[in-house]
Amino acid sequence: MNTPLNASQLDNSGRRVVVDPVTRIEGHMRCEVNVDSNNIIRNAVSTGTMWRGLEVILKGRDPRDAWAFVERICGVCTGTHALTSVRAVEDALGIQIPLNAHLIRHLMDKTLQVHDHIVHFYHLHALDWVNPVNALKADPKATSELQKMVSPAHAKSSPGYFRDVQNRLKKFVQSGQLGLFANGYWDNPAYKLPPEADLMAVAHYLEALDLQKEIVKIHTIFGGKNPHPNYLVGGVACAINLDDVGASGAPVNMVSLNFVLQRIQEAREFTKNVYLPDVLAVAGIYKDWLYGGGLAGQNMLSYGTYTQVPGDKSTDLLPAGAIVNGNWDEVLPVDVRDPEQIQEFVDHSWYSYADGVKGLHPWDGDTSPNFELGPNTKGTKTDIKELDEAHKYSWIKAPRWRGHAMEVGPLSRYIIAYVSGKEYVQEQVDRSLAAFNQNTGLELGLKQFLPSTLGRTLARALECELCCDTMLDDWQALINNIKAGDRSTANVEKWDPSTWPKEAKGVGINEAPRGALGHWIKIKDGKIENYQAIVPTTWNGSPRDAQGNIGAFEASLLNTPMERPEEPVEILRTLHSFDPCLACSTHVMSEDGQQMSQVKIR
Amino acid sequence: MDKQFLILGIGNLLWADEGFGVRCVEYLNQHFEFPANVELLDGGTQGLYLVQHVQACDVLMVFDAIDYGLEPGTMKIIRDDDVPKFMGAKKMSLHQTGFQEVLATAEFAGGYPDELLLVGVQPEALEDFGGSLRDVVRAQIEPAVKVVLDFMAERGLVPQRREQVLDSTELSPNQLAMADYEAGRPAEDAACRRGDIRFIPSTCLQGDSN
Repeated sequence: MNTPLNASQLDNSGRRVVVDPVTRIEGHMRCEVNVDSNNIIRNAVSTGTMWRGLEVILKGRDPRDAWAFVERICGVCTGTHALTSVRAVEDALGIQIPLNAHLIRHLMDKTLQVHDHIVHFYHLHALDWVNPVNALKADPKATSELQKMVSPAHAKSSPGYFRDVQNRLKKFVQSGQLGLFANGYWDNPAYKLPPEADLMAVAHYLEALDLQKEIVKIHTIFGGKNPHPNYLVGGVACAINLDDVGASGAPVNMVSLNFVLQRIQEAREFTKNVYLPDVLAVAGIYKDWLYGGGLAGQNMLSYGTYTQVPGDKSTDLLPAGAIVNGNWDEVLPVDVRDPEQIQEFVDHSWYSYADGVKGLHPWDGDTSPNFELGPNTKGTKTDIKELDEAHKYSWIKAPRWRGHAMEVGPLSRYIIAYVSGKEYVQEQVDRSLAAFNQNTGLELGLKQFLPSTLGRTLARALECELCCDTMLDDWQALINNIKAGDRSTANVEKWDPSTWPKEAKGVGINEAPRGALGHWIKIKDGKIENYQAIVPTTWNGSPRDAQGNIGAFEASLLNTPMERPEEPVEILRTLHSFDPCLACSTHVMSEDGQQMSQVKIR
Repeated sequence: MDKQFLILGIGNLLWADEGFGVRCVEYLNQHFEFPANVELLDGGTQGLYLVQHVQACDVLMVFDAIDYGLEPGTMKIIRDDDVPKFMGAKKMSLHQTGFQEVLATAEFAGGYPDELLLVGVQPEALEDFGGSLRDVVRAQIEPAVKVVLDFMAERGLVPQRREQVLDSTELSPNQLAMADYEAGRPAEDAACRRGDIRFIPSTCLQGDSN
């Protein structure tokens, strides 16, 4: 599907649909689209509706404390910001962390990834595909047969089990409880699953809820507590002593490490027997819904993650790189320090730079708000009816890689890993595409299937599988290293600020659940002088730039037909496939208590 | 088995009065020692990720800053079935949708607490990034804490007052403890503190646009 990627190619003459806020995401986001006479989206405008105070809160503070603050900026990305922050400080000060710390950070980071991906699919995204009200019509026996077919290895498959779930759902819906399923458009023909598949998905919603609370216990073991586990510049905030036999509060010992192993195995089983089969089953039924590609397949960026040999980025399990202009034959190298590569622009964002400044590398980043509306805005500053996207229209800045708008996230990581020759990823993707083609009778190639809303959702599930599988390796490597006599978990040589240079700058990177994440720090006289973060949703939710290049959210919505423009199921489906987190990319507060997003057609 | 009590503070401590809930549990922990069947939790803005803690308790007590449209600093006590309604009816920050959903999820999945108590305080200011509690809200920490202590005492549970008040929070990293958090705040001219006027009237931004 050929998607226009420049504002100059977009047609904004049709009816304008405003979705505000976009629900079931972290943070506050608004989206406006124009639909033509056939209800096909021809122009899309996405905007973050608050600005973020993260960077400015950190000025003048102790760099060793930054992780604790950034952990609070948002409710879902806690650990990934904390990890990226300690990496930025370590980079600035030249601190190498011990191998145990390297492995424990991997285990914690992958735990977060697995947790986030599972909760995203079952508790935020599934309702874009699954109709829980329709599940009330399901035959529990037929559901049991479906479950056995979709995943023979999954134990919870008896008719009685599904009858119980259905009864529980019935009771819940009849009690008129608002909240969980209240915001749906349940009679919209965009929902296509048979009742049995809907019931199976509701059962897995509950199973996923049980699973997620187990997997996060790994954070409690290594990070002292959850929510908000502890991080440490120089290593990890736990001690190791395999001879110890104490319970909670004691150093990490064999009892707690075995506990960790069990949690990994549980999550791995769930991912292979439930999550992946569910995604493929949904994809099979929505086989004609291959919309939502946008920048995916065209411009993709990854900083790379899960470095196997500490300090050697060429050993990343998911490698760094950039693909531009749809050329999958060439993965370009990415350097987050190069001031020519990553720059942020504010031509369409509610900030201003000093006169004459165009793009700024984050080390020189500036966050000075400038809230002004373009002449074609409808409404007023306090009540915008329609944005003027030709002018400033978002609190999200526009980051660019060598001038290109980029998509980041699991799908970008996966396409880059695939074309970089990572065999594990190739096997996963090939296996999944073969299953999809077999289920549907289609013969889609990679480039037809992956750059889509479904492809984005599949990549997230595959990445969850990768994390579970390789956590077993990390766990074993940790045990081996400890048994070889290494108990060290932190390097404190440079803990004391008197050992630091007068000025230093560093960058911490990570591939967060939502994509490429970078924290750039400048330290002066032992204090934070400047701190800038470019979070994944800044990339994906980016507004236009001076050249008219549109961001990933905007591009992904184009050409999508809507069943009913007043019920934005299709918009939510595609935006949710990015797992947006506006709390980090903007600063968020919703203004009232409305649960239902307001959809206005003008 | 003893009843399980959960005392939960929710909100974002980076946004002025939004930090009220977290500061209340911090205060409780600094001044009292609790038996093992009482959990104190700084829930931040964790939303759905708090559901297992809710499911695991019999008695849930929540501190939060909630907009009831009352005078700033007004304390409001909500019980049982009214709690989810209040947490959804008029929310001004993202975690409150989250928490209403947490309660709904706990009901659907099983493990809804037998008793709920919400101690809410009307905030004065939220639009102050990196700021701390305003005086009228700060003055409600001790009264709010007393409400929870009385509520527990009615259920036969009286925590022991610590001989020495803790400096640290223990529930959060110490750099976030109220005193450290306030002392390390950057100057106003170094760091703009305000937000978007569509939600919050802000003289700073209105000035920019003239």
